[in-house]
Amino acid sequence: MSLRLYVPGDASALAMGASDVVLAIKAELARRGIEATIIRNGSRGLFWLEPLVEVETPEGRVGYGPVEPEDVPGLFEAGFLHGGAHAHRVGLVEEIPYLKKQQRLTFARCGIIDPLSLADYEAHGGLAGLRRALTLSGEAIVKEVTDSGLRGRGGAAFPTGIKWETVRKAEAAQKYIVCNADEGDSGTFADRMLMEGDPFVLIEGMAIAGLAVGATKGFVYIRSEYPHAFRQMNRAIDEARAAGLLGADILGSGRTFDMETRLGAGAYICGEETSLLESLEGRRGTIRFKPPLPALKGLFGQPTVINNLISLASVPIILDKGSAFYRDYGMGRSRGTLPFQLGGNIKHGGLIELAFGPTLREVIEEYGGGTHSGRPVRAIQVGGPLGAYWPASLMDVALDYEEFIKHDGMIGHGGIVVFDDTVDMAKQAQFAFEFCAHESCGKCTPCRIGSTRGAETVAKVRRGQDVEANLVLLRDLALTMRDGSLCALGGLTPMPVVSAIDHFPEDFDGGGPINDRPPNIPEPHRLPGSPGLAAE
Amino acid sequence: MPANRTFDEAAIKAIIADMRSLDGPLMPILHAINDRLGYVDQRALPLIAQELNLSRAEVHGVFTFYHDFRKAPAGRHVIKVCVAEACQSMGSDRLVDHLRAAFGIGLGETTPDGRITVEPIYCLGNCALSPSAMMDGKLYGRVEGTRADRLVRSANLAAAGDGR
Ligand SMILES: Cc1cc2nc3c(=O)[nH]c(=O)nc-3n(C[C@H](O)[C@H](O)[C@H](O)COP(=O)(O)O)c2cc1C
Ligand code: SF4
Ligand code: FES
Ligand code: FES
Repeated sequence: MSLRLYVPGDASALAMGASDVVLAIKAELARRGIEATIIRNGSRGLFWLEPLVEVETPEGRVGYGPVEPEDVPGLFEAGFLHGGAHAHRVGLVEEIPYLKKQQRLTFARCGIIDPLSLADYEAHGGLAGLRRALTLSGEAIVKEVTDSGLRGRGGAAFPTGIKWETVRKAEAAQKYIVCNADEGDSGTFADRMLMEGDPFVLIEGMAIAGLAVGATKGFVYIRSEYPHAFRQMNRAIDEARAAGLLGADILGSGRTFDMETRLGAGAYICGEETSLLESLEGRRGTIRFKPPLPALKGLFGQPTVINNLISLASVPIILDKGSAFYRDYGMGRSRGTLPFQLGGNIKHGGLIELAFGPTLREVIEEYGGGTHSGRPVRAIQVGGPLGAYWPASLMDVALDYEEFIKHDGMIGHGGIVVFDDTVDMAKQAQFAFEFCAHESCGKCTPCRIGSTRGAETVAKVRRGQDVEANLVLLRDLALTMRDGSLCALGGLTPMPVVSAIDHFPEDFDGGGPINDRPPNIPEPHRLPGSPGLAAE
Repeated sequence: MPANRTFDEAAIKAIIADMRSLDGPLMPILHAINDRLGYVDQRALPLIAQELNLSRAEVHGVFTFYHDFRKAPAGRHVIKVCVAEACQSMGSDRLVDHLRAAFGIGLGETTPDGRITVEPIYCLGNCALSPSAMMDGKLYGRVEGTRADRLVRSANLAAAGDGR
C-alpha cells in the first residue's frame, strides 16, 4: 500500500500555513526518496489543531497537529508516516472525543475524502440519495423532505419541504434552484467548509431539488470573501459535468440539471433571499416586497427554490436514509442535526454537528474548553450580527429553535461567538447599529436612518451624556426599527442592542468602559420587564 | 478620476463580449473588470450599458451599491482586517493598531507611496481562528503577537518585490 497523507486545503487550515507544511513535507519526502500521496482534504473542523496532518495506518488515520513547517523534519524522524510518537501526535483522529461525540450527517465526509474525487465521494456514500431520487416522483421526493422535518438552515427555519411543494406545484416553463452561500454572519463558516471539503454533496442536493420541483438550472451565490470556496466549487462543478452528474442526462437518467456559481460583491444584505435574487439578476441588492414569494416569482420572475447551502446539502442523506432516519435526531420541532460553529474567544473553536438539543454550556465548555484567553465567559452571541447577546447565566438554554425564541434569542445559521470579561457591551451595541448602517440597502427609513441615529445615541451613552434619556430613546428607536423595517436587517438589529442593554446594564451607565474602572465588576443581571424582541 | 490613466477600451469590450451571454451578466462583468484593472474605470460603465442594453444610471447604480467594486485603484497590496464580532472578541482592534504602528495608516487608508492599503472586512469565515486578515487573497489566522509581525513582514516583502 502506498503511503497516504492528508493535509487540509480548507481556507482556515491554509490560514495557519497548511500549504507551507505541504511544501515542507514534499521536500522531506524527496530528500529521503520516499513516495507518498498527499491529499488535500477538507477540514475536520477541529480548527485549533490546524494544520492537522493525517497519515493512513492499518489502525486508521493518525493525526498530528498543529503542524508548522519547522516541525516537519522532526515528524519524519519520529516515523510519523507510520503513526510514530511525537509531541504533536493526537492519536486516531476519529477517536478524538470532540469528533467522536458528534453526529455527523451533513458533514459525514468533510475532512475525510478528497473533495474533488467523485470516486471517493461515492465510496463514502455519495450519490445514493440522488440515485434513489431518480426512481421517485417529484411529489415523493418533496414528501421525504417534508417528513424529515428539515427547516431552513439560513436563519428563518422555514420548513424546506413546504417551500419546495409551492415551487413544484407552480406552472412554468423554467424553474430555478438557488443556493444561498452568502454566509455573511460573523461566527459562521459551515457553508464555506462544506464547499471546500465536500462540494459534491451540494451538487447532489441541488440536483435532487431540481428533480423534486422540476427545475433544470441552479445557481450558487457565493460571497466574495470566500475565494477558496468559490474556486473549489467551480472545480467540483466541472468535475461533475465531465462525469455526467450534471448536464442533459444526469447519471444516464435522461433528466437534465446543470448549475453555475456567481460571486457576491461584499454586501451583507445580499444574504437576504430577495436581495440575493436581485443581485443574481445584475441589480442593486435592494429588498423586494413579498408577496410575491420567490417560490412563485423568484429568479428572472420564475418559480425558484432558494435555500441555504446546509439545507440543500442535508437533502442527500435524507433521500438516502429516509425521512425517519433524519427526523429521529433532534428535539421538539427542531429535527435533525445542525452544524454549530463555535468561534470568537474560545480555546477549541470549530464545527460541531449535533442533533438539536444540547445546551450552550455543553458546546462552549465541553467542546470549546472555555475561552482562548483563559478569562471567564461574559457574553455569547448566537445567530450572527442580528442575534442576541446573552450573559453566561443563560448558558443552560438548549440549542433548539423554539427554546431560543422563548429567551428572546435566535439560533440563525448556528454561529456561536464567545466573549470574555474584557468585552465592552456598549461598544458591541454601537457596532450592531454601525453594521446595520453600513449594510442597509436603503429602502426603508427606520433601518437607513435609524441605524445611524442609534449608533450616535449609544455613543452618547458611552460618553455619559444624558444617559437615562438616551436609553429611553434607544428603546423607542429599537421598537420603531423592529416594527417599521421591511426586512430582518433593520428589524433584528435591535436584538443585539436591546439584549446588551438588558443583560449588561452596568455597561450602559455612562461610566465608561467597564474594564477601565477599578475592579469589582458587578455580576451581570437582567432588568425585569424589559421589552422582549423575539424573532418574527 | 485622473484623466491620464490609460483606458484599454478593447480589453473592456472583450470582457463584456466574453460574458454577455451569461444569465445575469452585469455582476460577473463588473467583477472581471475590477479584477483586471484593480478598479472599475468610469469609462467602462457606458460601454457596459450599451452592450447590455441597460441605462447608464442602472449600471452606475449597481456599480456603486457593492463594496467590492472600486472607483480607483487601491494600494498595490491590500490587507483586509476582519472587524466583525468573532474577531472583535479576539482583539481585532489590537491588530488594527499593530498595522497602524507598522504602516502609519488606519482602516480605509493607503500608504502615501501607494504600496499598502488597509481595509475593514466583515467576516472571512475563519472565526474559530480569530483574529483574521486577508492579504492579496491569502488568508491569515490567529493574527496576534508574532503572527501579526509575520503578516507585516509578508506585506513588506511583497511590497519590496514590486516592479521586479
Ligand atoms: C439581512 C439578512 C441576511 C441573511 N443572510 C443569509 C445568509 O448569508 N445565508 C443564508 O442562507 N440566509 C441568509 N438570510 C436568510 C434568507 O433570507 C433566507 O431565509 C434563506 O436563504 C432561505 O433558505 P433556508 O430556508 O434554507 O434557510 C438572511 C436574511 C436576512 C434578513
Ligand atoms: S430593513 Fe434595511 S436592509 Fe431591510 S429593506 Fe429596509 S432598508 Fe433595506
Ligand atoms: S519510510 Fe520513513 S518513516 Fe516510514
Ligand atoms: S468574524 Fe472575523 S473571520 Fe469571522
